[in-house]
Amino acid sequence: MESIFNFFVVHREIIYFIILSVFVGIEVIGGVPTVLHTPLMSGANAIHGVVIVGAIYVMLHINPDDYLALILGFLAVLLGTLNVVGGFVVTDRMLEMFKKK
Amino acid sequence: MKQSILEICYLIGSVTFIVGLKMMGNAKTARKGNLIGAVGMTIAILGTIFLVEHAFNPLILSLIFGAIGLGTVVGWMTAKKVQMTKMPELVSMFNGMGGACAALISLIELKHHYHTLEDAARDGIQLPTQYGTLIAIFLGLIIGSISFSGSIIAYLKLNGTMNKPIRLPQYNIINLLVMIATFGFGAYLMFAGGNMIMAYGLFALALLYGILFTIPIGGADMPVVISLLNSFTGLAAAFGGFLYDNKAMLTGGILVGSAGTLLTLIMCKAMNRPLSNVIFGAFGGSNAAASNTDVKGSIKDIQVSDLAVLMNYSKKVVIVPGYGLAVAQAQHIIKELENLLEERGVEVKYAIHPVAGRMPGHMNVLLAESNVSYDKLVEMDEINPEFEQTDVVLIVGANDVVNPAAKTDPSSPIYGMPILEVDKAKNVIVNKRSMNAGYAGIDNLLFYDSKCSMFFGDAKKALTELVAEIKTL
Repeated sequence: MESIFNFFVVHREIIYFIILSVFVGIEVIGGVPTVLHTPLMSGANAIHGVVIVGAIYVMLHINPDDYLALILGFLAVLLGTLNVVGGFVVTDRMLEMFKKK
Repeated sequence: MKQSILEICYLIGSVTFIVGLKMMGNAKTARKGNLIGAVGMTIAILGTIFLVEHAFNPLILSLIFGAIGLGTVVGWMTAKKVQMTKMPELVSMFNGMGGACAALISLIELKHHYHTLEDAARDGIQLPTQYGTLIAIFLGLIIGSISFSGSIIAYLKLNGTMNKPIRLPQYNIINLLVMIATFGFGAYLMFAGGNMIMAYGLFALALLYGILFTIPIGGADMPVVISLLNSFTGLAAAFGGFLYDNKAMLTGGILVGSAGTLLTLIMCKAMNRPLSNVIFGAFGGSNAAASNTDVKGSIKDIQVSDLAVLMNYSKKVVIVPGYGLAVAQAQHIIKELENLLEERGVEVKYAIHPVAGRMPGHMNVLLAESNVSYDKLVEMDEINPEFEQTDVVLIVGANDVVNPAAKTDPSSPIYGMPILEVDKAKNVIVNKRSMNAGYAGIDNLLFYDSKCSMFFGDAKKALTELVAEIKTL
């Protein structure tokens, strides 16, 4: 029990941060017209590609003799890049079509 | 100094994600919003590569640049080349990549963790267990893996490779057990300790759950599933942010996690089905047999020449596009039909049901691709009162969204779903390939309505004939 309380105290700032971010996410999406749901989902998909930052970080700290970890890290950065680049580009293509003519 | 600049990079990243996502909620600013998000992402990525303190190693750096270069080229080309009808599956695929990335990060961290423990044990040191870190690692692994394998299945379902829902006997119970086993095994590894082999076992178990979770769900529900898996990946990214105390990952991840969940619920609401029904429910199949309304009247069909005359001399035509239109790639010919009718002084509009196509808004993107003006696409609530003054409603490849049973038949599985009230129009023409039922597997009473005529044929072929026929008038 004490460890749970301790966990809360140690991480309280980040817990506040998480709760506020949840509400920001809900607020940001509210009132979006249906026509934009697909581009929005695709745009959100690109944004969670930020996980690549973690992949690069972990890659920078891998012991260079650990080949398995290097392979896994390489794959992580590659997949993360695909998520980010593909996500933003495909969203842009969708939104390009919404231009007023 | 370096550290402070890095923190500022992450701050910029976080703010651009919020602002970008907000701007994407408005058609005018959407494209700029996406661009702003992309700029913030680039800053966060470059900051991480150049400003994070690490021991310089040319091999590692070249691997990072190699992976980013390769990913950029492949991602860019795939996204540029894909046909607009194939977009939903591409989004699903990219989502899966993000999930896999999160899972791999956790695997590497676990490898490092067990290695550190071994070293400490050899030196006879007892390390305190970092539960916070471990929770983030294990949840990142489990959720990222579920998102990865689930997205791959969603991809296969959308591109038609796996086109029937696969339901194991008692699949809901099996899925529940596998889910409990996955999280239980994760908790066990966390509290009782483990090794890398067990970690790979957990990885495999989570992948299996992702597959089992997605295979029983029908293809038409995939948008909801993709949206849900999208928020899962967001969550997995957020656990990574917690692990590294990285605010950009936290904001981006949680933002997508909560926004994605809300978007999923909005989609379910448009279909008037609770999320639990999408995930656990048996839509179609068994339910469909239960609702057998008496069918009165008969179906009549209309010849292309009669239809051409009817449309040519109408004042107002409303087109209801459905997934059938997308499958037949008929979005360009429908634009041609629109142009032709407008030249003849007919007012043409498109009625867009919230769940038309394979994703909410998918139909808009498809029609926009063939240069249909954004103002002509009218949402359900706005177009419904207009049907009374409409001469002809042309339904192309849509079915359940115009089924009056949703309003009149409480036993129908789609009862309560808001529909396009096309039966108020003077004439209703339905273009379908055959008399097959729609996704919900139920008969459509609209077809038996005295005002309704069937115009059978593949959407693209039939509409091409119609356009040619109108031109002769």
